[in-house]
Amino acid sequence: MASLSDPQRDTFRLSQLINDSRYRSLTIQTVAMILLVLLFSWLVSNTVQNLQALGKDFDFGFLGEPAGYDINQRLIEYNSQATHGRAALVGILNTILVAVLGCALATVLGIIAGVLRLSNNWLVAKLMAVYVEAFRNVPLLLWIIAIFAVMAESMPQPRAFREGGGAEMILFDSVAVTNRGVYIPTPVWGDGSTVLVIVFLASLVGIWAFRRYARKRQEATGDILPVFWVGLGLFFVPSVLAYFVMGRPVTLDYPELGGFNFTGGLHLRNSLIALWLALSLYTGAFIAEIVRAGILAVSKGQTEAAFALGLRPGRTMNLVILPQAMRVIVPPLISQYLNLTKNSSLAIAVGYMDVRSTLGGITINQTGRELEGMLLLGAFYLATSLVIAAVMNVYNNSIKLKER
Amino acid sequence: MSDTNAHSVRFVRQSMIPEQEPPLTEAGAIKWIRENLFSGWLNILLTVLSVAFIYYVLSHMLPWFLNTVWNAGSLSECREIRNATWGSDVPSACFAVIKDRWPQLLFGFYPSDYYWRPVLALVVFLAAIAPVLFSGLPRKMLWFSLASPFLMFFLLWGGTIWGPIVVASGFVLGYALFVGLSKAAGTLVGVIAAIVAPVIYWLAIAGPLARGLGAVLPIGLEFVPSDDFGGFTLSFIIGIAGIILSLPLGILLALGRQSDLFLINKVSVAFIEVIRGVPLIVWLFTASLLLNYFLPPGTNFDLMLRVIIMVTLFSAAYIAEVIRGGLAALPRGQYEAADALGLDYWKSMRLIILPQALKISIPGIVNTFIGLFKDTTLVVFIGLLDPIGLSNAIRATTDWQGLYWELFVFIGLLFFIACFSMGQYSLYLERKLQTGHR
Amino acid sequence: MKKSVILGALTIAGLSAGVAGAATLDDVKTRGTLICGVNTGLTGFAAPDANGVWAGFDVDMCRAVAVAVLGDATAVEFVPLTGQTRFTALASGQIDMLSRNTTWTFSRDVDLKFEFVGVNYYDGQGFIAPKALGVSSAKELDGATICIQTGTTTELNLADFFRVNNMSYEPVPIETNAEALQQYNAGACDAYTTDASGLAASRATFETPSDHVILPEIISKEPLGPLVRHGDSEWGDVVRWSLNAMIAAEEYGVTSANVAELAKGTDNPEINRLLGTEGNLGEMLGLDADWAERIIATVGNYSESFERNVGENTPIGLARGLNAQWTEGGLLYAPPFR
Repeated sequence: MASLSDPQRDTFRLSQLINDSRYRSLTIQTVAMILLVLLFSWLVSNTVQNLQALGKDFDFGFLGEPAGYDINQRLIEYNSQATHGRAALVGILNTILVAVLGCALATVLGIIAGVLRLSNNWLVAKLMAVYVEAFRNVPLLLWIIAIFAVMAESMPQPRAFREGGGAEMILFDSVAVTNRGVYIPTPVWGDGSTVLVIVFLASLVGIWAFRRYARKRQEATGDILPVFWVGLGLFFVPSVLAYFVMGRPVTLDYPELGGFNFTGGLHLRNSLIALWLALSLYTGAFIAEIVRAGILAVSKGQTEAAFALGLRPGRTMNLVILPQAMRVIVPPLISQYLNLTKNSSLAIAVGYMDVRSTLGGITINQTGRELEGMLLLGAFYLATSLVIAAVMNVYNNSIKLKER
Repeated sequence: MSDTNAHSVRFVRQSMIPEQEPPLTEAGAIKWIRENLFSGWLNILLTVLSVAFIYYVLSHMLPWFLNTVWNAGSLSECREIRNATWGSDVPSACFAVIKDRWPQLLFGFYPSDYYWRPVLALVVFLAAIAPVLFSGLPRKMLWFSLASPFLMFFLLWGGTIWGPIVVASGFVLGYALFVGLSKAAGTLVGVIAAIVAPVIYWLAIAGPLARGLGAVLPIGLEFVPSDDFGGFTLSFIIGIAGIILSLPLGILLALGRQSDLFLINKVSVAFIEVIRGVPLIVWLFTASLLLNYFLPPGTNFDLMLRVIIMVTLFSAAYIAEVIRGGLAALPRGQYEAADALGLDYWKSMRLIILPQALKISIPGIVNTFIGLFKDTTLVVFIGLLDPIGLSNAIRATTDWQGLYWELFVFIGLLFFIACFSMGQYSLYLERKLQTGHR
Repeated sequence: MKKSVILGALTIAGLSAGVAGAATLDDVKTRGTLICGVNTGLTGFAAPDANGVWAGFDVDMCRAVAVAVLGDATAVEFVPLTGQTRFTALASGQIDMLSRNTTWTFSRDVDLKFEFVGVNYYDGQGFIAPKALGVSSAKELDGATICIQTGTTTELNLADFFRVNNMSYEPVPIETNAEALQQYNAGACDAYTTDASGLAASRATFETPSDHVILPEIISKEPLGPLVRHGDSEWGDVVRWSLNAMIAAEEYGVTSANVAELAKGTDNPEINRLLGTEGNLGEMLGLDADWAERIIATVGNYSESFERNVGENTPIGLARGLNAQWTEGGLLYAPPFR
């Protein structure tokens, strides 16, 4: 009887491609593949024809030509005679700088605002609600422009720092807040500073090792070591000792008023600060909501159970509430970091020279290489996004609820 | 206490003493203030800081707002009026510019006689979206929702009414073929016919048919070219068109990402990740600078349409992720139950999975729309006159050059009102859906 | 997905700007409108008024071409373009001509494959600074913070100027003129640099214009003019001679007031050829005989357009300077109409 159904296996009929669910998926995918290849070849052939009609070629050689324009904020050596490729690199570093600074500040602001919004202080809770709603519901572009303009209008001009000008430097004459940005002292690394850095790094390793030891010991014996105080001591004491032993190798270069502007020190330009603040405040408002939802998602029973076990409030927060809240908070937090990085391309509004302004802006405009430039620009953003997503996903998996 | 007195002394009062006022510090405003503002040193500090902050902000902004000049024809007139009324060093806003130019900020260069058309289109949109958003309304209204994109297109751009009707009838044709042929000749034949026949109809027949009908029965509205669109009308059109058009594509992408078919899955993932990995502003520059390279030589259509296409692709990737969330949130049992009933893939999706998944995705879709609506301001960088672009154009006239804050305050306020109300709706929906699932 | 494609197709059918072939002149005539790229907003040169009607010196150039080709100065579709999108819009055929204060440079003409048909405004890059700064020359700006608009030739000129003079500076690049002015007025930069015409226009709108001084140095040549695509000489000729007609009309004293009178015939053969009563210049261009007469009657001659939009009686108050006729010491020199 069984042999009756067997012969069909050997004969393959064409209709099986459609009706047999074993083969159908293959059919569908083949058709999809053909359509996809057709679409791509259509796009590519159009592009080739269009480029020919315009008399252009597809060539990245422009990256090696002199750029001819200046960039005010550069993390690496650059002048107007450097190449377009180097200008793009300067822009990439600037993008990464503002993205990293923005993510850090946005997280801090978001956590503060999210926690304060749950505060039982009515005024503070309402103020935070106003902050969150105001920033979530008005386009980021408007905020960037507004903060940039407010900073230019409300801060004193460098001129005002002259005798009798009415403005003074803060923090023992070391920091100048002007409407062109903030000037802060920079460290000057003298002889022997390498030793200092090595000592500092070694003490960081020491802190890490001590924490590890303390945890092992607690698990083995139940004794709790004063991790915080020891860590604090390890952080400061060896470095400070080394600083004096080596004869103060690190000095500070203070900003000084000279000519039109302050010279010396580090100049944090208004465009950077405005973009940084706007991105952080905007993303912070979204993070605040995420943090709030995360905290609310941990049921009250967890806190009560921790108290019943005799845990102090600080440990309850650290060992019980936060690990559970983090699980809810981290995935949307990743997408906020991604958003912030992408939104940093709005730097165009305040003239912050990020990669979109250098490679995707002035370079394309001067060389007329829009196809090549946009491709490079898109590839950069895509790579950045994928890297952030990958790193955060690894972290995300490590704190995920381990289901058994 | 001994119980000796229990029988002789009665501690239970026979008559109630009148209710006492609570102590002053435990009632009314004082209690509220003490508990909510000054309950501990941290709270006191926070309160003081907040009050100082609020005072600082208001003291800088209020005088400027209160001394507003409403009636002036130019910035210099504003300054003269200010000097005459308050003196030259008093901060004063010049909202006369809003009074002068508000129609432009709302409608762009749309002919002023036809302002009712964008407004009516918005009403049509709200009416069309109502049955989707509020489940209490009759289901029959969904047919109107399906027809509304054509109606809105006709209202906004005008031209002959036959164009949208002829195009819409292609969908009717496809649907009719699908229903008729799937019963008679099987689903597959039905699907192929429902796709092929309308495409042929649109490519070959629709154009001449619309022209012919237009010649016989010239019904239509005055044609308004896309260049006349601007201001908030433009933002709304780009935002709404982006969301409506991206929904079908987003659903397909979400299903593709969940699919077991290797190629389909990978293509969907690649599309979604590439779109989401690159900022909108880069896509807009692509639309403005590069789209012409990818199309056959000689084709050329206007920037607004290119932007809408790009925004549609962009939001499709985000919608796909929202719907994927909705699909993932459905209990596994729903998929298994659909399989157990013997439904094929499309039937189970259409009848069981998607209706539920879409329902729980609506708040996410609304949030995507809010984000997209705010992001429409980026079109200013490619030269479209959205509200911010118009504010630059207004400042370029000699009358209003030098004006800065007033326009931004007005634009920000309108965006806030629109986005905040949509956000509140989405919150309401989330709460409603939560109770529905517990 | 189906829906989006089809709606797209529908809108293409409804809104397409037609196929950009080689013969732009024929395209414009068939379409019935001229599509002209202009600035998104530059005082005196291109800006929409409260009714959305574009006006300005660059806009007049578009209207002149429209009235010559189509006989209707309102048959123009204005496409606002940013410094960044303007060249692509022209190269891709989205617009027929670009009249957006664009500097004629070698690389734009040769490498970017455009054809500058002439110069309608001779400009140069200058600096404005507050009087309180005590600066009387751009050479004293060593170490200064300077606001510039991005996406233009100004940032290249600025880099060159400071490099040649061996000075340092701090550029503050800004996207729009309005924002740059806001920064300058707040004192966030010591000086603002852009085309001298723009500086004068901006200075006029300051609260106290006399507190600001335009420095004497002009650090670059900025011949601004309309441009078209390479390879369509017929169309290039139409735009070129529309501009020349306006310039020549001023030279011969033809104005919008007396053009109707002069078109009946004069004893000056040059005017007669210009206004089409003698010869067949219009026909050679592919237009009718009274094309230039229409330009002058509707838009006016060069001087009328200049005075109406940017001249000394407007708030902008630009002097003719280099833009005077060659007979009056300027650079405007229309080739003969014969």
